[in-house]
Amino acid sequence: MLEIKNLHAGIEGNEILKGIDLKVNAGEVHAIMGPNGSGKSTLAQVLAGREEYEVKEGKVIYNGKNLLDLAPEDRAREGVFLAFQYPVEIPGVSNTNLLKTALNEIRKYHGEEELDTIEFLSLIKEKMNLVELDQKFLSRSVNEGFSGGEKKRNEIFQMAVLQPKLAILDETDSGLDIDALKIVANGVNKLRSKDNATIVVTHYQRLLNYIVPDFVHVLYNGKIVKSGGKELALELEAKGYDWIKNGKEELVNQ
Amino acid sequence: MNKMIDIKDWYISNFGEFEKRLNGGKESSIHQLRKDALSNFSKLEFPSIKDEEWKYTSIVPLLKYNFVTSLKEKKISKDFIKSLLFDGLEHSLIVFINGRFSNEHSDLLNLPNGVVVGSIAEEIKKNNEILLKHFGRYADHRDHIFTALSTAYTDDGAFIYVPAGKIVKEAIHIVFITDSPEEKILTQPRNLFVAEKNSQVTIIEHYVGNEDEIYFTNAVTEIVAEENAILDHIKLQEESKKSFHIARMEVDQERNSNFSSHLISTGADLTRNEFNAKFNDEGGECTLNGLYMIDGTRLFDAHTLMDHAKPHCNSHEHYKGILDEKSRGVFNGKVIVRQDAQKTNAFQENNNILLSDQALVNTKPQLEIFADDVKCSHGATIGQMDDDAKFYLKSRGIGEEASKGILLHAFASDVITSIKIDSIKNYIEKLITEKFNQ
Repeated sequence: MLEIKNLHAGIEGNEILKGIDLKVNAGEVHAIMGPNGSGKSTLAQVLAGREEYEVKEGKVIYNGKNLLDLAPEDRAREGVFLAFQYPVEIPGVSNTNLLKTALNEIRKYHGEEELDTIEFLSLIKEKMNLVELDQKFLSRSVNEGFSGGEKKRNEIFQMAVLQPKLAILDETDSGLDIDALKIVANGVNKLRSKDNATIVVTHYQRLLNYIVPDFVHVLYNGKIVKSGGKELALELEAKGYDWIKNGKEELVNQ
Repeated sequence: MNKMIDIKDWYISNFGEFEKRLNGGKESSIHQLRKDALSNFSKLEFPSIKDEEWKYTSIVPLLKYNFVTSLKEKKISKDFIKSLLFDGLEHSLIVFINGRFSNEHSDLLNLPNGVVVGSIAEEIKKNNEILLKHFGRYADHRDHIFTALSTAYTDDGAFIYVPAGKIVKEAIHIVFITDSPEEKILTQPRNLFVAEKNSQVTIIEHYVGNEDEIYFTNAVTEIVAEENAILDHIKLQEESKKSFHIARMEVDQERNSNFSSHLISTGADLTRNEFNAKFNDEGGECTLNGLYMIDGTRLFDAHTLMDHAKPHCNSHEHYKGILDEKSRGVFNGKVIVRQDAQKTNAFQENNNILLSDQALVNTKPQLEIFADDVKCSHGATIGQMDDDAKFYLKSRGIGEEASKGILLHAFASDVITSIKIDSIKNYIEKLITEKFNQ
């Protein structure tokens, strides 16, 4: 589904990703872990198409297409979804308006009919239950005045409605209490299928108790320095990131 | 400088012709006021950017033309009028074409007993007592050259009178159409709205012009909201991109009256909107809101004056601007809280989005507070579209143009949502969509 080859990217002349290789197949869940500043969020943003990031080298093939050639909105229409680390507040735009517009733009892209209001609302209701969001939440402005947990739940809710093929969760767990974490993880798990794939970007192992990955990769200094199964996450948790950086000169506080 | 004198002479020398055409109107009680205003007009000078109140707004382009009053009757199709109405809204309609009342296109719904809605020219002829009591009392022509010009040439406009206790349920929609392909004309709508004690009415002033015609609208609107009256005012300015629009609104608010104004403007070559409201007694509530969306090389200027002369009054002012290309915006909001006016709440805000590097806004809040127990605030922002928000929308599959549209609608929304009539809100939403989402 996704193949990243020797990806180099950065922002304002600073190279942050220094040659990433990663292959994700349909049905798989990959966790990308790493200390702060290792390039995890940069990778997520580059995949989603954030314009500020500059790709210097490498390729990203997504379902046979060159992902980097696509505009951010077309990536989304092709099924790529980024759950933001810091979801943006948009005063004056209701959650309903955002979702309805997004859903219909995606459908239009695939030559499908727009959903009518009744179809839309029944879809919305079904997906709201998944992340235990209240109905009145729909008419509120996107993320405005939401608590940290609500914002993250909203990301998963949007994901549930838009039904992406490839979901990238960028530190969706950070700042969540254990209840919110369970709700979010539960939402993600229910959406797992053999046809879609998930990349979970996280700093902490805890989320992986709830979303069990097939593969774990450790990102350090812009490169994947270690890959393994789910047990790698536990090992990391036990030994800390210093273990990865063993030979490296600098110490990064976890 | 010579040119300016020329233009003044031009308007002064045309007065004789104007008087002749009034046939009979000369006998009305207000005719002396016309003559006084003319003599004032000749003494006053057109403002230049050296005047503090006109610092960012040069009217030089306006003074290049010798505008004439339209004498010919202009036919307008019913379909065109229909296109200006609000879907699903039952309302009374009065239409002015090139400054003149059109009986043919006007359509008044059943109005409560005693309510008068129609042409001010008619009421002037009749020496209507209410008119004589209020006309020219609030828009003083002595220190305002455009008001002097309007007063001297007082001809037609809308007159609305709602007697004490009467409630006009359906909005009154006043349409001013300028359509003059051959001549460059000047129209001077002169409006007076009086809402007596405990009455209620909604009035929409709607200015429409033909796409590329050059003309000059010089409008003066006087509004009286007597004790406990509720008057909602909406002004839609959809004029030719090459026209000049100078307007002044003066509001007199009596005890416990509630007045709201919403200005929605897509600009003109040069627009100057003065909105002045005065609390003449305690307990008043006033909202002055505005949304301007301009592009090209257009200049839009909103000047507001909120005069808290009495205690226990609340005012809320919120103007928002969206400026594209090389357009320029000016907001000057003055709030005066006089010594008497304790327990005043006055809030003012002006926010602008610049869509291009060459658009420019000058915003100037001015608070003059002479009382010591008041709550006043003001704020002004000028910024660009929020890139983070735009990327967020795009990352959900929404295209560049649609994302921009959504964010502009959102920006405008708090001005629009405070309009009480849904079909007018929808009309304005459509206006924004047409403007930015081609």
